Amino acid sequence: MSLLIYAESADGKFKKVAFEIASYAKKVAESIGTTVTAVTVNTADVSELSKYGVDKVLKVSNDKLSTFNAKAYADVIKQAAQKEGAKVIVLSSTTDSIYLAPFVAVGLEAGFASNVVGLPLSTSPFQVKRNAFSNKAFNITEISTDVKVLGLAKNSYGIVESNSSLSSEDFLPSLNDADFTIKVENVEKITGQVTIADAEVVISGGRGLKGPENWGLVEDLAAVLGAATACSKPVSDLGWRPHSEHVGQTGKPVATNLYIAIGISGAIQHIAGINSSKVKVVINSDPEAPFFKVADYGVVGDAFEIVPKLTQKLKEFKAQNS
Amino acid sequence: MKILVCISHVPDTTSKINFTNGDSKFDTNGVQFVINPNDEFGLTRAIWFQEQQGANVTVVNVGGPDTEPTLRKALAIGANEAIRVNASPTDGFFVAKQLAEVIKQGHYDLVICGKESLDYNGGMVPGMIAGLLGYNFINSCIDVKVDGSSAKVIREIDGGKETSSATLPLVIGGQKGLVEEKDLRIPNMRGIMTARTKVLTVLEPLDATISTKAVKFEKPAPKSAVKLVSADNLDELVRLLHNEAKVI
Repeated sequence: MSLLIYAESADGKFKKVAFEIASYAKKVAESIGTTVTAVTVNTADVSELSKYGVDKVLKVSNDKLSTFNAKAYADVIKQAAQKEGAKVIVLSSTTDSIYLAPFVAVGLEAGFASNVVGLPLSTSPFQVKRNAFSNKAFNITEISTDVKVLGLAKNSYGIVESNSSLSSEDFLPSLNDADFTIKVENVEKITGQVTIADAEVVISGGRGLKGPENWGLVEDLAAVLGAATACSKPVSDLGWRPHSEHVGQTGKPVATNLYIAIGISGAIQHIAGINSSKVKVVINSDPEAPFFKVADYGVVGDAFEIVPKLTQKLKEFKAQNS
Repeated sequence: MKILVCISHVPDTTSKINFTNGDSKFDTNGVQFVINPNDEFGLTRAIWFQEQQGANVTVVNVGGPDTEPTLRKALAIGANEAIRVNASPTDGFFVAKQLAEVIKQGHYDLVICGKESLDYNGGMVPGMIAGLLGYNFINSCIDVKVDGSSAKVIREIDGGKETSSATLPLVIGGQKGLVEEKDLRIPNMRGIMTARTKVLTVLEPLDATISTKAVKFEKPAPKSAVKLVSADNLDELVRLLHNEAKVI
């Protein structure tokens, strides 16, 4: 028996979350006295996983899996878990992993806890802490099934280096035609821009910016920090920015290292969506804005003056420190 | 076309979240319950199918009698009938199993769920239903069109969107984008009156093994006060972000 992770990649390269769940799995594996096995799909070079405590890799290479398919990928993970006799399967919280996780749980008759935010509080009984009520509370969940599936919330554990001697082998799961009934026809991806899901830093604008024509402020600041741009719900409802940028309780969740809110007052629903971010900065002209109650750093004043200045200062800082 | 819209009965997004019974139970005191927002986008989309393609729309919820006002609201918005599975929703798998049974009995072509509920945020029920029934499933779905027995769907992916085709029956985990905020409907008086006479069937639950249970709740630790930096001293902010917060 070992502990299994699905190490996700895009275009043949591991996503950062793969290293985070590997780090997490390594720690859990130590506490229950076992090793970590990773299953990968169409990732040619898996050596990087040896830096994060993975002991063994089951490499799956198959053209049928060149586009993501939740059912088929879940089936691969299920077969890998069965081969390894894995009792704990750790998944990430990317769009794709969230999509496939319920299939893995049903397939293995496993109890599933999503949005897990830390190491198990106890392994017998098996209890984990997870986000609930849209980040307004935590919930301790006990999983009582023999096989357990955990979905780790992004950025909740971090990446911890731990060298291991990695062995890898080709794994040939049997693919079921019934899993390939959804035909992907078209994929549109914004290229050359950092996405909210991958970003370390997110710069978000609210109604305080007065109109879409002023978004250059947000974009310039984002460019300096290599950040993704986002917006509050009213801004997306007004059509100033695309819905894909809307962050908050009913929009995209943000769990980033640094979140800078410009001209966002901080409605409870917005805060719920971004509260898992580590460091929050608010720039707002209204010192009474609720955002100041949840932020780590705040600047009271006119965003139209402050943001360009801050962008300049950060540019200088980056020039000195790179 | 028969559509089933699965509805969670959740605290309004502005609710203060508190717990009772030694932090083991959600405190419903003073809390207003609503149709889970992700489900409400799906419900509205279902009503469009009803109006434009003659679909029959059933709403279903797994919950006690106290959740019936939420189902009546969905009827007032326009659903044809409602089903309540009379059980307290203990975990995602339990709920999925109940809903899968309802779907098996009712032969629905399209099952619309919200991608997650805003109370427990499990995000697992729609996928589990599809897994239990062997149906096609699209998560994070932002558009669905049905023509005969096939559907064209769009899902949100990290940094973009993906268009696919799938045959019915189909389960979707929906979200904003299925319809927009401005398309959501507030029940009018006529809707509320007719909702009173629409059929609301109560079913008893199937047994399901408990695989997970919420044993305790915690509220986040109180936050230390914000550090204010003067607008004239942004160097200080850069310094704090670098030296103290270590995020740049």
